[in-house]
Amino acid sequence: MYRRCSALLALVAEAMALRTLASRKALVAAALGGARPLSAARGVATFALPDLTYDYGALEPAISGEIMQLHHQKHHAAYVANYNKALEQLDAAVAKGDASAVVQLQSVIKFNGGGHVNHSIFWKNLKPVSEGGGEPPHEKLGWAIDEDFGSFEALVKKVNAEGAALQGSGWVWLALDKEAKKLRVETTANQDPLVTKGINLVPLLGIDVWEHAYYLQYKNVRPDYLSNIWKVMNWKYAGEVYENATA
Amino acid sequence: MAAFASALGILPSPPASAYPQQRRLRSVKREQMQGCRSRRCSKVVSYYGLITPPYKLDALEPYMSKRTVELHWGKHHQNYVDGLNKQLATSMFYGYTLEELIKEGYNNGNPLPEYNNAAQVWNHHFFWESMQPESGGSPEGGVLQQIEKDFGSFTNFREEFICSALSLLGSGWVWLVLKREERKLSVVCTRNAISPLALGDIPIMNLDLWEHAYYLDYKDDRRMYVTNFIDHLVSWHTVTLRMMRGEAFVNLGEPNIPVA
Repeated sequence: MYRRCSALLALVAEAMALRTLASRKALVAAALGGARPLSAARGVATFALPDLTYDYGALEPAISGEIMQLHHQKHHAAYVANYNKALEQLDAAVAKGDASAVVQLQSVIKFNGGGHVNHSIFWKNLKPVSEGGGEPPHEKLGWAIDEDFGSFEALVKKVNAEGAALQGSGWVWLALDKEAKKLRVETTANQDPLVTKGINLVPLLGIDVWEHAYYLQYKNVRPDYLSNIWKVMNWKYAGEVYENATA
Repeated sequence: MAAFASALGILPSPPASAYPQQRRLRSVKREQMQGCRSRRCSKVVSYYGLITPPYKLDALEPYMSKRTVELHWGKHHQNYVDGLNKQLATSMFYGYTLEELIKEGYNNGNPLPEYNNAAQVWNHHFFWESMQPESGGSPEGGVLQQIEKDFGSFTNFREEFICSALSLLGSGWVWLVLKREERKLSVVCTRNAISPLALGDIPIMNLDLWEHAYYLDYKDDRRMYVTNFIDHLVSWHTVTLRMMRGEAFVNLGEPNIPVA
């Protein structure tokens, strides 16, 4: 069976684990005789792969353990690693005053940083059935869904339709528009985070519709993946985010 | 009374000679009725079909498994064809050739609904034909000369191809195109379904970088997939044929005319 991924660093509660490795890297730099780049000595913040709170196989049969392991250990880890690398390069470019290099790095930062942000939310959006995954939302979020979409079923249908219709790679979100105080269903392309669709949008639930998220199990039938993922949806987390945002 | 009765079709219609236009219409109608076997003439419609790859589905093993080709061609490509036909039933693009559809549907960067299906049908067909079992290696003759002229060396081209493929963020395609304006070969990446045809260039060879093309065989290892394609699958024979055709549209340089 699949084991929980052994974290490189300690488990953190926040979506983005921000930690400076200045002291550690400085020691390493001393050991390697100053071979580390300048940015390490200056203490560039790096991000770490967040741990899952459930086993890779705990979401079966909705999402297979093989997909969860690959998705977390390969894809998300790659986003984190590339994001850290890009930030290091950005730091160097800013220090040198190289404007064109700074601009050129933006797409890589948006892609990998967005990938890290989105996937960190995604792992929290999922929960094994035994721990409450799939239970529909109650109270404030439940009423808001009824008000803005008519019914819970209507919301599910809308999200599934938009997710299936998305061409290429991207995400489909249940978002809260903080300004308008309304719920919305949004899609973003590639790894663009939800804020690229509106600065006031708070992600409550995100579903990854990149093919790597479902291909090994569902092959080309994305609608099946979308209809099954609701069985492991963590509405409790969405409800908490909603209540914090509307408090 | 008479008007009411004729409206119900009870009374006989007036004689043909009474209204010349009606006489003409009636004779045409009679011709049509006699021409058709069935009582009602059926309209002839034509739609797009799915072309089979020029090799057996397991011929690209071990670099592209039979399972992948079966799914990729049989499901993904087929779905694009079916989706396109469904759209064309009620679209102004009915009757267009695929190339016309792509160029018109691209709409200068604001693709119309038919564009995605049409472009993907074309791109995938181009892709299957860009590959050949037990091929790869390097090209010969004129194509090699052109690559060496435009990239420096075949190794440079290979590196650039792999690098471009890996730097594509998201879904898309990587192409070897013949650029019309610059009159040279170039490696370009396009996102999702965008085709160099729509951008005005002549495609020579492509590689599908959507995850469905390699996920079953290589999981997340895109580098291995691209390397295997360029080393073992790409059909330089097809590339040569396409270059020959492309040269009819792009002047690649003065021919070598002997001095004496």
